[in-house]
Amino acid sequence: MALLEVSGLEVRFDTPEGVVKAVNGMDFEVGEGETLAIVGESGAGKSQLVMAIMGLLAENGSASGVALFDGEDLMQMKPRELRGIRGRRIAMIFQDPMTSLNPYLTIEKQMIEVAMHHQGLARDEARAHAVEMLRAVRIPDPEERIRQYPHEYSGGMRQRVMIAIGLLCEPELLIADEPSTALDVTVQAQITELVGRLREQTRMSIILITHDLAAVAEVSDRIIVMYAGQMVETGTVDDIFYRPQHPYTRGLLASVPRLDRVSDDELQAIPGNPPNLLELPSGCPFRDRCSEATEGCRQPPPLWQGEGGRASRCVLPMDGGQIVAAEAVGEDGA
Amino acid sequence: MKQEGILRHAATRLLGLIPTLLVLITIAFFLIRVAPGGPFDSEKALPPEIRANLDAKYHLDEPLLQQYFRYLGQIISGDFGPSFQYKDWSVNELIAQGFPVSATLGGLAMLLAFVIGSLVGIAAALRQNSAADYSIMGVAMLGISIPNFVVAPLLILGVAVYAGWLPAGGWDWSWQRMVLPVVTLALPVIAYIARLMRGSMIEVLHSNFIRTARAKGLPERVVIRRHALKPAILPVISYMGPATAALITGSVVIERIYSIPGLGSYFVQGALNRDYTLVMGVVVFYGVVIIVLNFIVDLLYAWLNPRIRYDETQ
Ligand SMILES: Nc1ncnc2c1ncn2[C@@H]1O[C@H](COP(=O)(O)OP(=O)(O)OP(=O)(O)O)[C@@H](O)[C@H]1O
Ligand code: SF4
Ligand SMILES: [Mg+2]
Repeated sequence: MALLEVSGLEVRFDTPEGVVKAVNGMDFEVGEGETLAIVGESGAGKSQLVMAIMGLLAENGSASGVALFDGEDLMQMKPRELRGIRGRRIAMIFQDPMTSLNPYLTIEKQMIEVAMHHQGLARDEARAHAVEMLRAVRIPDPEERIRQYPHEYSGGMRQRVMIAIGLLCEPELLIADEPSTALDVTVQAQITELVGRLREQTRMSIILITHDLAAVAEVSDRIIVMYAGQMVETGTVDDIFYRPQHPYTRGLLASVPRLDRVSDDELQAIPGNPPNLLELPSGCPFRDRCSEATEGCRQPPPLWQGEGGRASRCVLPMDGGQIVAAEAVGEDGA
Repeated sequence: MKQEGILRHAATRLLGLIPTLLVLITIAFFLIRVAPGGPFDSEKALPPEIRANLDAKYHLDEPLLQQYFRYLGQIISGDFGPSFQYKDWSVNELIAQGFPVSATLGGLAMLLAFVIGSLVGIAAALRQNSAADYSIMGVAMLGISIPNFVVAPLLILGVAVYAGWLPAGGWDWSWQRMVLPVVTLALPVIAYIARLMRGSMIEVLHSNFIRTARAKGLPERVVIRRHALKPAILPVISYMGPATAALITGSVVIERIYSIPGLGSYFVQGALNRDYTLVMGVVVFYGVVIIVLNFIVDLLYAWLNPRIRYDETQ
């Protein structure tokens, strides 16, 4: 049994304009000690997918589906049970380090509260533990700096603090939502390196969200490519980089000039825009932007599955794959 | 280091207030003298030589500019001079008598409004868009829109006259006589603070750092108390400076309705009788009170908000 098993996960948002279909039936697993990268353009539903798992959706959002964590369904848990898992067994690092820390509290207060609450540590034990964590994420002079406020930290340093907070209780799963996107390029590389180091030094499972395919190559085991709230392709890092099947994945790869380089390019190389999530077309949501689209793409594309969890959702056949299902998410579908 | 910065900021701010006060004094001084009538006009048929004596005694015979500078010199030494109307009293004595009453009323009303308004606002924010929220905010809207001079007589009729629970007016420093005027003063402020607090709490609860706090698995009560309360209360704090000043200085109507010998009552009497020194004294004194209150709130705000720093750049 994998540490996290997600199936049929959907996220909907009620808005005055209608229902936003942000996540449309996601199925995946994260094994123990495994690092899963979720890649996709802005608006693909990456953040809302993990927010739903954490029970942190906005008030107008609702989630359905199953998310078994260590055998227990997070989606069915009472708020109280879920709080016992958040921050202790599953930690999350958010996309925007500049606003994710409380500007009115010192770093110390924001760190020790986690250790005191979940581990029952006394104040000075918690403090010592927090200093140790800051040192682990390479904050210089942690005894001094722990007393400062977030505004006295740079963006990269704040993200390190967020990671340190996440690590306090030695979680089994760390969810890092674009931990480096908001930072400048050199700092991005440092944060990516830090995540890579954590992956090697701990037995923690990691979900790493990004829209930069190049950045995840060295630090992940498997990759899920997401488009319009759906998985379009998944496989090992090698599968995705060397044997991409789905036209969207190929488009993403084409926008990465060199695989060994950390790119700050927005993935704009694919012409066109993602579909309107208020009115998803039936059939393949990538249709309007796909150079290989045919009449058949007006139908929901089939899901191909192959060895070792490899999968692709497209009318084009997948090497060594078999059709398992054709699912629809659009107006005429489910 | 931050404390020092705030203190330095405080000192410069205080110095900067002197010109403000000077302008206030100047405008008040000339405005009241431009108004028709003089302090001794009402006492009919004063023999001319007595009138001249009085004018000389109070320097009203001097050119206006000379009077102005004389007055300035006087208040720099902290003396507002004798009252024209209350002949045996100096303005300082009148202020010393009336102000504690007004300040107690205003201060208690502000305290009440702050505590209740904040609690009600937070309660409404946590039940956003529920029936409870809508009814609380509806009542608050009423509270803001019904004027004091309507609320006061209703309270007097209901609580004092019919029920007989509390005295209808007067003043003897007993709590029984404070309740109605304090409540009357506080009601609209409670309503305003509740709305302010609700809005800012809702906004804060949507911020990313609250999401982080929740992701830490903290109980919602801790999230609110430790993470949301401080930022949410800041707008209320900045409102409190002017609001407290308004409560302390603006209770004129209330003091009349409840027959309370506060500074407001003296002020009204003084204005009606062209008691130049009394009116001037109260205006200047109120000016100082308002400035000091705003200043305190400013410091409080800076102290609560770690991002505001008063160092070299300021
Ligand atoms: N509270 C909300 N109400 C309505 N729509 C929402 C809400 N939150 C998110 N969405 C929509 O859901 C879709 C998916 O959002 P999500 O945040 O998961 O994107 P993402 O893949 O993380 O993109 P990015 O790379 O920009 O972070 C977007 O179209 C977004 O506009
Ligand atoms: S299903 Fe058709 S439109 Fe969609 S990705 Fe495949 S080829 Fe392109
Ligand atoms: Mg996102």
